[in-house]
Amino acid sequence: MSLQADPNSLEARRSYLGSKVFGWLCALSTAICIAALVWLLVDVLMNGLPWLSWTLLTSYPSRDPSKAGILPALMGSLWLIALTALLSIPTGVGAAVYLEEYVASSWWKKLVQLNISNLAGVPSIVYGILGLGLFVRGMHLERSVIAGALTLTLVVLPIVILSTQEALRAVPGTIRQASYALGATRWQTVWRQVLPAALPGVMTGVILAIARALGEAAPLVAIGAVAYVAFVPQSLSDEFSAMPLQIFNWAERPQEEFHGLASAAIVVLLAVLIVLNTGAVLVRAKYGRRIKW
Amino acid sequence: MPETVAIRRHKPTLKAPAIDPMRPSRSADEMADAPTKINVADVEFFYGPKQALFGINLAIPEKCVTAFIGPSGCGKSTLLRCMNRMNDMIDEARVKGSLTLDGQDIYAPRVDVVELRKRVGMVFQKSNPFPKSIFENVAYGPRVAGERNKARLYEITERCLRHAALWEEVKDRLDDSALALSGGQQQRLCIARALATEPQVLLMDEPASALDPASTSRIEDLIFELKEQYTIVIVTHNMQQAARVSDQTAFFFEGKLIEAGPTTDLFTNPKKRQTEDYITGRFG
Repeated sequence: MSLQADPNSLEARRSYLGSKVFGWLCALSTAICIAALVWLLVDVLMNGLPWLSWTLLTSYPSRDPSKAGILPALMGSLWLIALTALLSIPTGVGAAVYLEEYVASSWWKKLVQLNISNLAGVPSIVYGILGLGLFVRGMHLERSVIAGALTLTLVVLPIVILSTQEALRAVPGTIRQASYALGATRWQTVWRQVLPAALPGVMTGVILAIARALGEAAPLVAIGAVAYVAFVPQSLSDEFSAMPLQIFNWAERPQEEFHGLASAAIVVLLAVLIVLNTGAVLVRAKYGRRIKW
Repeated sequence: MPETVAIRRHKPTLKAPAIDPMRPSRSADEMADAPTKINVADVEFFYGPKQALFGINLAIPEKCVTAFIGPSGCGKSTLLRCMNRMNDMIDEARVKGSLTLDGQDIYAPRVDVVELRKRVGMVFQKSNPFPKSIFENVAYGPRVAGERNKARLYEITERCLRHAALWEEVKDRLDDSALALSGGQQQRLCIARALATEPQVLLMDEPASALDPASTSRIEDLIFELKEQYTIVIVTHNMQQAARVSDQTAFFFEGKLIEAGPTTDLFTNPKKRQTEDYITGRFG
């Protein structure tokens, strides 16, 4: 019997057609996703670019659209993500290192792991309520920047832990073995070999977590951050505003001009996100290059 | 009455591996005189409920090359890994019996495993350089032991790379990534790295199995030179390699030590039938 398939048989035609249809369906799904994204971007850019100006970046919110700006919101957001990064990176990476490198598998560990995975999926408003009860009222931090940062830390912590764990798992066991065989302690092995090798993955996870924190509005609303704040935060205990809140506030208003301002603020927010993500890509490229498993 | 037929020893049609005349092994007397570096006494090993080693008794003489040979899964790598307590990293591993280094029990409760591993170095089957520069790889051992002086570290690196016959090839690219080296070079780098902690014993788990014949030959030459200074235990699948390189050979089968003795004796005049069958290639 010939090895060549008969292209005219019924089975051949059906299978060929099936493959093609499946391929088209996948391509269509991709196209829909990209189209949605492009539509969003185009809409935002069209509405927002006319309103994008130096005034926008350096002024305070105002009733007059021509004078309104996002300075306190932008500064507030930057303060928030800086503090969140400072709080969540050591805790999250530390927890992940402990779980991956120091604890042997046991029922207790599986329980903790399950809990962390679930926490990553909890809606952020729940963290907002927790923050309200624990940080704002319980610790008497009131509506301060530090309370906001602590709440956002809770939101992003599970993400940081999970992505760091993934990055640590990706480091081959042979590296650890080689390190131990040379007389290194567990800490030396983790600090000098495993973490540096896992760094690109860890950084990616951290930056994604920070990007998420940048876009969160619900928990901040819950702890009482307001959109009309007339000053830039100067210390940890100052009241604050944030970009998502400002955008929401403006989008809610009836006047068209404020919708344009909201779009402009979205463009600024997206720009910050792009900078962060590009940073992540560059870090990966620079450190990931040296590591070829 | 049935005829008694003279039973003649059937001459094997397969030959035992030849000893390499260019690399004479130490004589039996020399080895008997040498002090015992590692002594294995009634050692049994369990992976959870499964027993992997049964009552092993073996003496590893100092500054000699001892080869462990045997078919896959016979426990030779397991015993090797017991000698620097690398098996501690396996959760359900249990060791019974006694393993001593220079007379000191390495499984005693207060033993500093870190110190043990500095004295007993290991080279793995598949070379595993760190994803760092060549210098950083070799300097890692002394660094974690506390050496901070850059000049000293460079000195140690040069010495070990020369010892491992790799210096000439990498001396002007010490800061290049170790992963850019070829397979044979990476394995020599791993040997240099192991030598940097100034161990007394070098354990090698099939060090040349992933290499081409030319690299294998270089590694074997290296082992022959290194034995002047270090006690070497090498696990090998390749009997010809064991015959070429070792002074003493131990044959393992299914977790038991069948026979051990000077290499020349074991390969020309094995005492056990099983040993003879294995080295002539009847099985395994």
